[in-house]
Amino acid sequence: MADLSINFAGIRSPNPFWLASAPPANSGAQIHRAFEAGWGGAVWKTIGPPVLNVSNRYGAWHHGGQRMLGINNVELISDRPLDVNLREIADVKRAWPDRAVLVSAMVESKPESWHDIIRQIEDTGADGIELNYGCPHGMSERGMGAAVGQVPEYCEQITRWVMEAAHIPVIVKLTPNITNIVSPARAAVAAGANALSLINTLNSITGVDLDTLEISPNIGGKGGHGGYAGPAVKPIALNMLAALGSDDVVHGSRLPISAMGGITTWKDAAEFLLLGASSLQVCTAVMHYGYRIVEDLCDGLSNWMDAKGFRTIPEVTARSLGRISDFKDLDLSFRAVARIDSRKCIQCNLCYVACNDTAHQCIDLIDAKGNLVQPYSYAVSSNGKQEATETRPNPRVREVDCVGCRLCYNICPVDQCISMVEVPSGREPVTWDQLVKSRPEVTEDWEAMEKYRREAGIHVH
Amino acid sequence: MAATKGLAEQLPPLSPQEALVEANRCLFCYDAPCTHACPTHIDIPRFIKKISTDNLIGSARTILEANLLGATCARVCPVQELCEGACVLGHDHNPIMIGRLQRYAMDHVSGKDVVKRAPQNGRSVAVIGSGPAGLSCAGELARRGHSVTIFEKRPLGGGLSTYGIIALREPIEASLEEVRMIESLGVHIETGAELGLNLTLEDLRKRFDAIFLSPGLGATQVMGIPGEELIVDGLDYIEQSKLNPSGMCIGRNVLVIGAGNTAIDCATVAKRLGADQVTMIYRRSEHEMSAYPHEYDFVKKEGVEFRFLTQPVRVLSDGGRVTGLACVHMELGEPDSSGRRSAQPAGNGEFVIPADQIVKAVGQQKPPLAQMLGLEVDRGFIKVNTDLETSLTGVFAGGDCIRAKNSASTVMAVQDGKLAAAAIHLRLNTGNTNG
Ligand SMILES: Cc1cc2nc3c(=O)[nH]c(=O)nc-3n(C[C@H](O)[C@H](O)[C@H](O)COP(=O)(O)OP(=O)(O)OC[C@H]3O[C@@H](n4cnc5c(N)ncnc54)[C@H](O)[C@@H]3O)c2cc1C
Ligand SMILES: Cc1cc2nc3c(=O)[nH]c(=O)nc-3n(C[C@H](O)[C@H](O)[C@H](O)COP(=O)(O)O)c2cc1C
Ligand code: SF4
Ligand code: SF4
Ligand code: SF4
Repeated sequence: MADLSINFAGIRSPNPFWLASAPPANSGAQIHRAFEAGWGGAVWKTIGPPVLNVSNRYGAWHHGGQRMLGINNVELISDRPLDVNLREIADVKRAWPDRAVLVSAMVESKPESWHDIIRQIEDTGADGIELNYGCPHGMSERGMGAAVGQVPEYCEQITRWVMEAAHIPVIVKLTPNITNIVSPARAAVAAGANALSLINTLNSITGVDLDTLEISPNIGGKGGHGGYAGPAVKPIALNMLAALGSDDVVHGSRLPISAMGGITTWKDAAEFLLLGASSLQVCTAVMHYGYRIVEDLCDGLSNWMDAKGFRTIPEVTARSLGRISDFKDLDLSFRAVARIDSRKCIQCNLCYVACNDTAHQCIDLIDAKGNLVQPYSYAVSSNGKQEATETRPNPRVREVDCVGCRLCYNICPVDQCISMVEVPSGREPVTWDQLVKSRPEVTEDWEAMEKYRREAGIHVH
Repeated sequence: MAATKGLAEQLPPLSPQEALVEANRCLFCYDAPCTHACPTHIDIPRFIKKISTDNLIGSARTILEANLLGATCARVCPVQELCEGACVLGHDHNPIMIGRLQRYAMDHVSGKDVVKRAPQNGRSVAVIGSGPAGLSCAGELARRGHSVTIFEKRPLGGGLSTYGIIALREPIEASLEEVRMIESLGVHIETGAELGLNLTLEDLRKRFDAIFLSPGLGATQVMGIPGEELIVDGLDYIEQSKLNPSGMCIGRNVLVIGAGNTAIDCATVAKRLGADQVTMIYRRSEHEMSAYPHEYDFVKKEGVEFRFLTQPVRVLSDGGRVTGLACVHMELGEPDSSGRRSAQPAGNGEFVIPADQIVKAVGQQKPPLAQMLGLEVDRGFIKVNTDLETSLTGVFAGGDCIRAKNSASTVMAVQDGKLAAAAIHLRLNTGNTNG
């Protein structure tokens, strides 16, 4: 059985799954229950200066009958008194010595304020501190959260103040609401932080109520942007995680990264590990289903690791990072074509319309006798289950014309019905970078490009 | 009343939540097979998608564009054999509940008049019979601006949807609401008007630019066995169960002769309205039954019993009261003209099945109007060309009265009405009218 335990910047936890700093980690009683359910750690809901919250503070994006693929919130940091939080943190840590208890903090941008809060947190016995530079609403209007995270110089300055006072590991949590995630990460590295975490929530508006024309959710007739999280943000989070791993400075610093953003299943978790995470945080999935999901997060991850022969989490971390590439280094001669498994195909013909209306018009409809037929070509008098199913044509890819764009593969509703099959292109491998070096004229002149295509045997239609 | 409860509409309407979940399950197939399988070719993925986007008016209009009787069809269509039978998700034995979604959309516009119609164009058409074929044709013509009068011999409009389809599937109100909707398009329905009795074809041809015949079929066939006058007519039996269920006389031990869909409906009525025992009597075997497999399964679950290869020969009675049915055993021979194996007496003598009520549902007679009007026929049904025009120019026909092949159904009748309306419209617009 795989060993799921981690040592993250000196913070130990029996598994890599931590509650993200958010409502599921709001109080001692909650975190007790989370630990009972099996969570390896928790990052306490951000503590700091006094705040007041509003009602209707969670919005959601639903799609196709699936609820809350994204959650949006205008919740502030903890609205419970600081001393209550500090007391409960101490209680939880005492009761759960083997779990990671971290505390997220955000205070006014003054050295004294940061020194004070660091001291108070350390007095609880907590294992680590996470600096919340990400809250995109409310707190940022007061000069904290994203207002810091979006300016690398502020990140660096405040992190320095923190590092002056801290004796336990300090994690800088990055906001994704920034053009280049690498800049604030480098600032944290420069200031001597012990670790990084990402992503906090993205600016978002979830919708408008079509009856009342109010913003949804409606807060007393108004609404506004809030922080977005959940399954919908996972691809964005993965990209930002990979961007850190691909940056020489950040990667070279060897700071461990605690990653989050849409983690719902063990599969999501494994992907975050493979792209460079050493610990994982979860918020939305817990808000949706409760603490119990940690069981399959651990179980599924462990079984997958066993199947793949990974013994420890560090063996998994960053395994796929080396495959992240810029476009210019991709092999232009790599060729794949779509192939339909006619035994699995249910003849919904969604691939046909996708290829026909969007891609390269290279899926044909073929009847039982092998003839090419047009859609809707049955007679008006034809009807009934028998005729409709027996005369229904099958989609077939004309492989010579398929550019392998992968659209049909993406939309086919049947698992593993369409596969993208690698086929020899008959061309020498070449990247854009290499091509540009050997034939710079192709980047500027369409005729030169045409000439190259002819020579190389690349057909575009 | 306990008795009427037994025939309450079998499937409850979908709740908004159920409809949404089901609509979202539809894949939105391209050139969808369900649409092909529907005889009226309703754009099914389109109307279902509109349910999922909360555009119920648009959804209902999509249905009505192809099928003005979408509300009845949603309830009575043998969907297993049609749209749902062709659904691509049927591969997993879990097709989309197209019929129930259709009903959901149609219920939403019940009582609202959402079909648009063109201004009157001065042409007039007479329709004989207000069953599904007649209503569909009349409605399609009316929305193209023709002025249409339906002549109906019965007091209520709707044909078999009103009088013949058991309430379990379609309550009478749903049928009558559909009749009202067609009237709201400007169609005039004259009840108590019977072609051949108080109306003549000559008169109609003088008064109207075209005529559409949709009289359905005739009365239940005569079996020609002694004591047949004591047998209850299956169509009457069902009619009473719809119009006056509490006043109905239901035997304790009921025999139903026949094994088609009507026979199954009679057995269902008997069982639901209180018979202790209901047995269906059929002279061929299970394999030759014309009832749909899902209907057969349904009635078996209702507890109805079957006696196959059994031919009634005589009704036994005592002082005008039925006591039993004398029958003979049959055996199967060669396939007949319909492709089903024929049955002959096995020659091992009579036996008696006790009963206190016998209902016959052995098929309806060919349309009597065909002969009466001297129309060309095909196996006794009115013969029409691809425009659904009869041997008389300007006289069109559709519905059960032309269904010489394949099983008759409401949706086929609706499609006939629609196609005939298109042909009549074209004819009247190009000027070549009733010669
Ligand atoms: C018991 C039973 C159950 C059925 N169940 C189903 C089912 O579940 N699903 C399904 O799809 N189909 C079912 N059918 C078949 C379906 O009802 C018919 O196919 C359909 O009603 C045919 O429509 P139509 O308009 O041709 O005829 P009809 O519905 O028979 O309508 C004909 C109309 O014409 C009128 N008429 C007749 N002669 C004259 C005249 N001379 N002058 C004026 N008016 C006249 C009649 O009174 C009647 O109103 C069932 C049929 C029966 C008998
Ligand atoms: C309702 C809500 C409140 C949050 N509050 C905080 C917070 O107080 N401090 C913080 O650092 N992050 C906060 N977050 C961000 C989460 O910690 C996390 O970064 C983000 O939700 C992405 O993870 P997920 O996709 O698993 O939810 C909050 C998120 C949500 C949805
Ligand atoms: S999308 Fe998939 S299932 Fe549908 S027709 Fe194409 S290959 Fe078949
Ligand atoms: S991969 Fe793209 S081009 Fe090829 S068949 Fe699929 S949709 Fe068409
Ligand atoms: S076949 Fe089934 S899944 Fe496809 S469009 Fe029709 S109802 Fe929807």
